[in-house]
Amino acid sequence: MGAAMRSPRIQHSTFNIEHSTLRFVLPIITAAIGIILWSVAVKASGTKIFPTPAAVAKAITTLAEKSLLWRYIADSLTRVFAGYFAAILIGIPLGFLLGWYAPLARAINPLIQMLRPISPLAWMPLAVIWFGVSNAAPIFLIFLASLFPIIVAAMNGVRNVPPMYLQAGRNFGLSTPQLMRRVMIPAVLPRIIVGLRLAFGIAWVVLVAAEMIAVDSGLGYLIIDARNAGKRYDLVVAGMLMIGLIGLLLDTAIRKVEVWISD
Amino acid sequence: MSRSRLLPLTGIAVALAAWQIAIMLRPSLIPGPIAVARGIGELAVRGLLVKYVVASLFRVTWGYLAALVIAIPLGLLLGMVRIGEMAANPILQILRPISPLAWIPIAILWFGVGDVSAIFLIFLAALLPMTVATMNAVHNIDPVHLAAARNFGIPLRARMRDVLIPAILPQLIVAMRIALGVAWLVVVAAEMIAVNSGLGFLIVDARNAGNRYDLVVAGMVLIGLVGIVLDLLMRRLERLDSVRWGYASE
Amino acid sequence: MKVQFSDVSMRFGAMEVLQHVTLGAEEGEFLCIVGPSGCGKSTLLNIAGGFLAPGSGSVTIDGEPVTAPDRRRIFVFQERGVFPWLTVEGNIGFGLFDMDEAGRAARVAQYIDLVGLKGFEKSYPRELSGGMKQRVEVARALAVNPDVLFLDEPFGALDSITRLQMRSELLRIWRAERKTVLFVTHDIEESVQLADRVVVMSARPGRIRRVVDIDIPHPRDLSSRRYIELRDLIFGEIGLAHQV
Repeated sequence: MGAAMRSPRIQHSTFNIEHSTLRFVLPIITAAIGIILWSVAVKASGTKIFPTPAAVAKAITTLAEKSLLWRYIADSLTRVFAGYFAAILIGIPLGFLLGWYAPLARAINPLIQMLRPISPLAWMPLAVIWFGVSNAAPIFLIFLASLFPIIVAAMNGVRNVPPMYLQAGRNFGLSTPQLMRRVMIPAVLPRIIVGLRLAFGIAWVVLVAAEMIAVDSGLGYLIIDARNAGKRYDLVVAGMLMIGLIGLLLDTAIRKVEVWISD
Repeated sequence: MSRSRLLPLTGIAVALAAWQIAIMLRPSLIPGPIAVARGIGELAVRGLLVKYVVASLFRVTWGYLAALVIAIPLGLLLGMVRIGEMAANPILQILRPISPLAWIPIAILWFGVGDVSAIFLIFLAALLPMTVATMNAVHNIDPVHLAAARNFGIPLRARMRDVLIPAILPQLIVAMRIALGVAWLVVVAAEMIAVNSGLGFLIVDARNAGNRYDLVVAGMVLIGLVGIVLDLLMRRLERLDSVRWGYASE
Repeated sequence: MKVQFSDVSMRFGAMEVLQHVTLGAEEGEFLCIVGPSGCGKSTLLNIAGGFLAPGSGSVTIDGEPVTAPDRRRIFVFQERGVFPWLTVEGNIGFGLFDMDEAGRAARVAQYIDLVGLKGFEKSYPRELSGGMKQRVEVARALAVNPDVLFLDEPFGALDSITRLQMRSELLRIWRAERKTVLFVTHDIEESVQLADRVVVMSARPGRIRRVVDIDIPHPRDLSSRRYIELRDLIFGEIGLAHQV
């Protein structure tokens, strides 16, 4: 059916509307409806604790004014970047090795499979032993959480380089280090980037968990502390919203890098 | 011993040996593999091994199944109705980076401390990825198949049942496996905070109630093992004939 | 006329894909539509199948205007139209949902036999070669006893040896049932080997240049003078010099 299958008339969805302004307007409408429903639900249930959207917005601006907001965001970002980049530094070379030497991969794989299902939070007691109650413990947890996806992404990236690239490289007489540098790394890079973005998403999610224990600043801390220190659920929801927005922003930024790299 | 088994076993053996040696060289609170093995034995004897594993599995099962029951129909709906996807997608994208654990205060507010809170957190953790994956799977259907179904005069409901669902099944099952992995991860974290049984609780309790780090690490090992088993079980589903076609490199 | 295109025109955005196409296919005829890419031949077929609405003009089958896909006129895609989650049996029986168990089994068996796939009833498409998958699709289409068959470059994804084999197979199967067939291809040789009449189209805008009667009886000798004459005629219509 060729080109005709891609024409606007044939959709794989049952409803045939496609308009680029709808794409913009619809989510805003849905969000608005959501906010209204939220507001109504809170008022109707007469809860004294659960915040209205207005209360959340107010909480955010108060935090911003007290400049606590920026401090918390900065602290969270620092921790996540530290742990994430540490994971990149170790995970990528390790993943390359595993991808290149299949026997090595077979030997180490069970270990990775064993460690992967263990929630980073479960490592917390060990982390505290090794690093004490400090910034280093959450960074370690984020490092751990990002490490496995990065290793796997790097490993698969190397494995999926089409063999004909490497054959062509050898054909032209490249030595192994040259092969690595001039063929493999450029070939692997676009393939890994998606995995790196997903790993960052994981790091960001784990950050919140990591900050719930043993630190005194950051967005995750904000959520737990706001509840414990006075049932400030407006701050709780504010924290959640900011986590979501910043996480989305960072993800979008990495997507832009993805696009830029694959050019 | 077949060659393909030798390497992984060697890898594990080497790792265990290195661990043991490291502990012997520099004793610390952290136990070596032998102490951990003894810890697991102790748990078994005290009847806690089965009890805690079952408790954790119980919570996972409920939260996970509840998530599937909502996520799959919702994902189908969003996937089929363009408007739905355009409206919901940005909101899904904002919710996605929020750790399920960030919902703990709200969970406790709504459900109090206890099993229901933990199950709610697991439900949340699995819900979003499953919905998005189902939605994407519907988008990735080869339009030729749906066109063929229309050609043969298959009515809409039968098209969904006999073409749409089988077509997305391979991707769905992969998503289910991953979501189960996430659920298992979260159950541990959830248990560290809000309940008094289960593997996550074991880890927190063992440390608080007497620095029993052998039990802490034993708990971690058990978590890892159960996680692998769950993953392997889900992978078996991927080998069903009506699903195998969906995975490249046969 | 079994299938009648009346002054069909179609635009995609600013591109005029079809311009005033009027064409008729007789009952039981094997009609080939040839042309370079972009001449709108696939679009024409989609319109006839009811998957696309024409910008202007209309298509009627047996006098009835075509407005939507219908099981009386089945589209055969390239082998990717086969459902990968069903066995060969399951695929061929797909359209027979309103038959009883026994009737369906018998019909399926009949067509498996006709397309030469006996023994592969329980196989899955991933276990079959491209040519075999194509046969499954043809069998599936025929099993519902349609009035018209549309084939859109069905052999495009096959290697050239398999393609030659499939062409004789298709003719053999067609002769058993004598359905009206509209067959789109960009392969000129293929059209002369298969069709009763060849419709030569030009691209941008898509228009009919010429309709050529292929008056060679089957089986067609590919080295006969008449075959080469007709083939070169069409090459000339399309504007190709016959040298490499």
